[in-house]
Amino acid sequence: MTTTVADINWRLADDTDAAFPDLVRSLQDGIFSGVLQLTRNRHDAEDVTQETFVRVYRALTGYDQERIRNLELRAWIWTIALNLCRNRARTRSRRPEVSGVDLDRAVTTSDPGLIAADAAGLEIWRGRLSRVSPAQRYAVVLHHVVGLPHVEIAEITGRTESTTRSDLRRGLAALRKIIEEEPS
Amino acid sequence: MSNDTITQALESLATNAPDGLLDEVLDALGILPDEFTLVDGPTGPAYVSWSRAGVTAYVPRSIAGSPEQFAAQHPRPADYVDTPPRRLAGHLDRALETGRLGKLAVDLDALGEFQRKVLEKCAEIPPGEIRPYGWIAKEIGNPGAVRAVGSALGRNPIPVLIPCHRVVRSDGTIGKYAYGSTMKRELLRSEGLDPEAIEMTARGGTRLVGTETTGIYCYPTCRHAKRSSARHRVDFRSAAEAEDSGFRACKVCRPAA
Repeated sequence: MTTTVADINWRLADDTDAAFPDLVRSLQDGIFSGVLQLTRNRHDAEDVTQETFVRVYRALTGYDQERIRNLELRAWIWTIALNLCRNRARTRSRRPEVSGVDLDRAVTTSDPGLIAADAAGLEIWRGRLSRVSPAQRYAVVLHHVVGLPHVEIAEITGRTESTTRSDLRRGLAALRKIIEEEPS
Repeated sequence: MSNDTITQALESLATNAPDGLLDEVLDALGILPDEFTLVDGPTGPAYVSWSRAGVTAYVPRSIAGSPEQFAAQHPRPADYVDTPPRRLAGHLDRALETGRLGKLAVDLDALGEFQRKVLEKCAEIPPGEIRPYGWIAKEIGNPGAVRAVGSALGRNPIPVLIPCHRVVRSDGTIGKYAYGSTMKRELLRSEGLDPEAIEMTARGGTRLVGTETTGIYCYPTCRHAKRSSARHRVDFRSAAEAEDSGFRACKVCRPAA
């Protein structure tokens, strides 16, 4: 399917129900990939991704056509997703899991490989990223995992473009330090 | 460790969203399209549609027309498929064959509570038996709501499978049907009943029948009444008349007092 972003804005404004599935299809992989690094496990990531699109739809049905046509859809949707990730992290830390079983963690191996082809690699990276400050973590995940441009990340996180660039630089430096300090 | 190695590894973290995520989202929003297919029903080909929760509609093709016309008249978006999903297929075949819902799930979520109760009660009526509208009203604890029961059944989205054709007027006449009284009679005949004979009996004043040997009275089509021989059969005009004669109500068909 070749739907350009602007194209989908017009189709959503015209008939939200008909165009919404295409909106989900075109953005779900990116949202899920990023959210997977910003939540505790795959289950939470699926929940947050779903909830994001549910909220997107509900919001869209309340907007007039002009507003929908002018939406920066991807950045707007990421703002919603990022908020849900933050909220989830907050409730998690306030009320820790009683059972404490983390599905992803259960498959962690001792392989510290950099390339994250499997669940173990994914978990290792999530661990590394969780030790980077939130602003730097968001910038690194949104830019390097999801592939968003600086200007869009700045819009999502509410920071300036130049701050975003320095968040990214510092985030990468912090990651490198974390990796270098890992026991080999 | 170069930054390039790190950014390459970060890029490799990109993955695909799980299968079915879109369906989950649409389902949560209540806008997941139904699916529908064509089946062989007791009165010929018919469209059956379903949601994730169960069957949502049944419409004879003679009424609905083409699949496109069915989809256009369906209350929700609906996509045509060649075969029902495995979770439904066997139960659907069996329900059409036996005239009982059995394990076939139905989705009545879009309906009001009253109509849902009426339809669930209606689904308990076995094939080859009929009950008056007043019976459903009484059974669901709303004995005054006979007319409301009639209109709830008249808007039954899943006729045939939910056998509203087995509910008749209290005066014993077969009564109306959303797809015409001819189809109602045809359905009853396909279950071994003789609608004209039933109406004839009713016209003679008989509403209930008792069996002398057991002292129990039933609706005439109750499987227990049908089992008793003509020799021991007593006709009654009302439950009161049966009770006065020392008969008690059948516990299976529970004829309205």
